[in-house]
Amino acid sequence: MTTITATPDDFSGAHAHHDDHADHKPGFFARWFMSTNHKDIGTLYLIFAIVAGIIGGAISGLMRAELAQPGVQYLQGWASMMMGSEANLDQAYHLWNVLITAHGLIMVFFMVMPAMIGGFGNWFVPIMIGAPDMAFPRMNNISFWLLIPAFLLLLGSTFVPGGTGLGAGTGWTVYAPLSTSGSAGPAVDLAILSLHIAGASSILGAINFITTIFNMRAPGMTLHKMPLFVWSVLVTAFLLLLALPVLAAAITMLLTDRNFGTTFYDAAGGGDPVLYQHLFWFFGHPEVYIMILPGFGIVSQIVSTFSRKPVFGYLGMAYAMVAIGAVGFVVWAHHMFTTGMSVNVKMYFTAATMVIAVPTGIKIFSWIATMWGGSMSFKTPMVWALGFIFMFTVGGVTGVVLANGGVDDVMHDTYYVVAHFHYVLSLGAVFGLFAGFYYWFPKMSGKMYNEFLGQVHFWVFFIGVNVLFFPMHFLGLSGMPRRYPDYPEAYAYWNKVASHGYEIMAVGMGVFFINLIWSLAAGKKAADNPWGEGATTLEWTLSSPPPFHQFETLPVID
Amino acid sequence: MATAPDPRLATRNRRTMGIMLLVAAAMLGLGFASVPLYRLFCQVTGFGGTTQRADSMDGITAAAGHSLSIRFDSNVSPGLPWTFYPERKTDTVTVGARDMQVFVAKNLSDKPITGTATFNVTPTQSGAYFTKIQCFCFTQQTLQPGEEVRMPVLYYVDPKILDDPDNKDVQEITLSYTFYPVENGKKPS
Repeated sequence: MTTITATPDDFSGAHAHHDDHADHKPGFFARWFMSTNHKDIGTLYLIFAIVAGIIGGAISGLMRAELAQPGVQYLQGWASMMMGSEANLDQAYHLWNVLITAHGLIMVFFMVMPAMIGGFGNWFVPIMIGAPDMAFPRMNNISFWLLIPAFLLLLGSTFVPGGTGLGAGTGWTVYAPLSTSGSAGPAVDLAILSLHIAGASSILGAINFITTIFNMRAPGMTLHKMPLFVWSVLVTAFLLLLALPVLAAAITMLLTDRNFGTTFYDAAGGGDPVLYQHLFWFFGHPEVYIMILPGFGIVSQIVSTFSRKPVFGYLGMAYAMVAIGAVGFVVWAHHMFTTGMSVNVKMYFTAATMVIAVPTGIKIFSWIATMWGGSMSFKTPMVWALGFIFMFTVGGVTGVVLANGGVDDVMHDTYYVVAHFHYVLSLGAVFGLFAGFYYWFPKMSGKMYNEFLGQVHFWVFFIGVNVLFFPMHFLGLSGMPRRYPDYPEAYAYWNKVASHGYEIMAVGMGVFFINLIWSLAAGKKAADNPWGEGATTLEWTLSSPPPFHQFETLPVID
Repeated sequence: MATAPDPRLATRNRRTMGIMLLVAAAMLGLGFASVPLYRLFCQVTGFGGTTQRADSMDGITAAAGHSLSIRFDSNVSPGLPWTFYPERKTDTVTVGARDMQVFVAKNLSDKPITGTATFNVTPTQSGAYFTKIQCFCFTQQTLQPGEEVRMPVLYYVDPKILDDPDNKDVQEITLSYTFYPVENGKKPS
């Protein structure tokens, strides 16, 4: 690391400049644009995720507006606005595909992952293991700044031709042949490059976390003493490291199929489009655990803190996450039950998928057992964590339904699937994010959030997302396919209800942003440990906010 | 400071990073290697209705009394100005006995065109037993302007299909072909 030759400390005292006066910060540009400080990079990731979340959430608002009634109300107008000329119906439908694609990709790659791993992971993994910073601070900086061009490429793809209309309308799965021969024009190329860069960013981040957690734990912090959040990030980092290169290979072959005349996924030249689906889901299934595992870690910390008890079955909790990660690599084809598989293959993927319910069940029961007999307090982070457990369990149950190869033949690509994965992601991962945000906001900012607004946010959001997503089960069970902007009259009622749910949810988000701004501007000063004796991890031993450099002298864990 | 001052830790960190980069590179390689591996897997297991190939029928004895209906399906990719159809829509064959079917292709355009056919069978679990001895789909076909050719397929259904519980209910197998134009730079495999 650079050596600062002269600082005010050099002139003022007997101690070295980086000793106990650890709060010397560089100037604004150097601090935020050339940052190598894990806390600052974590903050940048969180800001990025909030911005991306606003964009991705606004896109889902457009979709719910269009879906509120049967028929095509707005799409043609929006498409005309984007193109600057009158759009025909096909171009309007293409805009729909662009919206679902953008919503999916933004929420997965630019909201949940940066917030969970880049944001909370960067902020708290080094602190929780008693390390001064990440193992490779400059690589950490690269990881963050790669995300910006990736995001700009994805947003930019919306304004260039993508086949029928402007933008990449392939779905987040980018299946061939829709993404190859079905989408002429540069939009899909830009989207693929965006995924390449975001993937490279995540791989570098994953290597950084693995190295940090393996090599930089404080004396006495054995692997089996690490907080569960650190365990969750470690497992997540391995999933990223093993899954993302496969996606990179798959989408590189998409690019060459599109631009250089190869036929990896083109039957005309001896390729097979189903191979792309296998490769995508070999990445895609671990990816959904990448999004949820850090949420598991966050919820474990919070449930323990607000029950004033250590987590029940700590080792079981840690190894349940390892098991979920490992088994997650051998279940991918349950996303492809309708691609023509023999009964035996379907049987295997059904059984393997259901096996995942076992470690997941261990986690749910251990959280309940942690609360059992605990001295519980229902502060905002805790109600979000409880919301997470409840919603994730609902999504898990519908997941077990969908895991059945035979049932999936009926449910595949219906709104039942949409309901399922929004219950585990939009209501699971996002509840985990808000839980973590309220839990660590006092530590990160040094200010207390407003407890009343936090509770209001939770209840309005909780009601909103349930009104939004629960009716989708009914729509799916009665056969409404996903990824269409229009539907028969029979589906009108529950779609109307779902769109009202979006409005309620949006009000909840308004409360969140009011709380955020109010707390940053006028929040009460937070104590070093605002949560009391239940908060036992190392971040609560530091000041709020922590010093710019912490643990110059490594803490010793007994 | 950000990186640890301890040089041993720096070395250890670099070694860990190196190993992890190798893991990532290996997974990237596996991603690309999956293309030939997947093809091999399909050929060996008949996955997705991939048919088998044999040079002769040595050692195959017909299972008298067990017959299957074979249905023939033919498709032409858009952009290929050919007609392509089987002479008979169905055949009834004895399991383990050789059968021949003739497909007729005609070039409707005024240019010579090369085409190549992809194929599979449904139900897909029968792919492992549907064995071709000779097929026009093994090579590319070039048709002169207006030329019509009759192309034979020699095949048999392996009698082992009778022992496979997954194929117990199979009474009809559909053999499907799709002809694609061979464009410059696109090599069929």
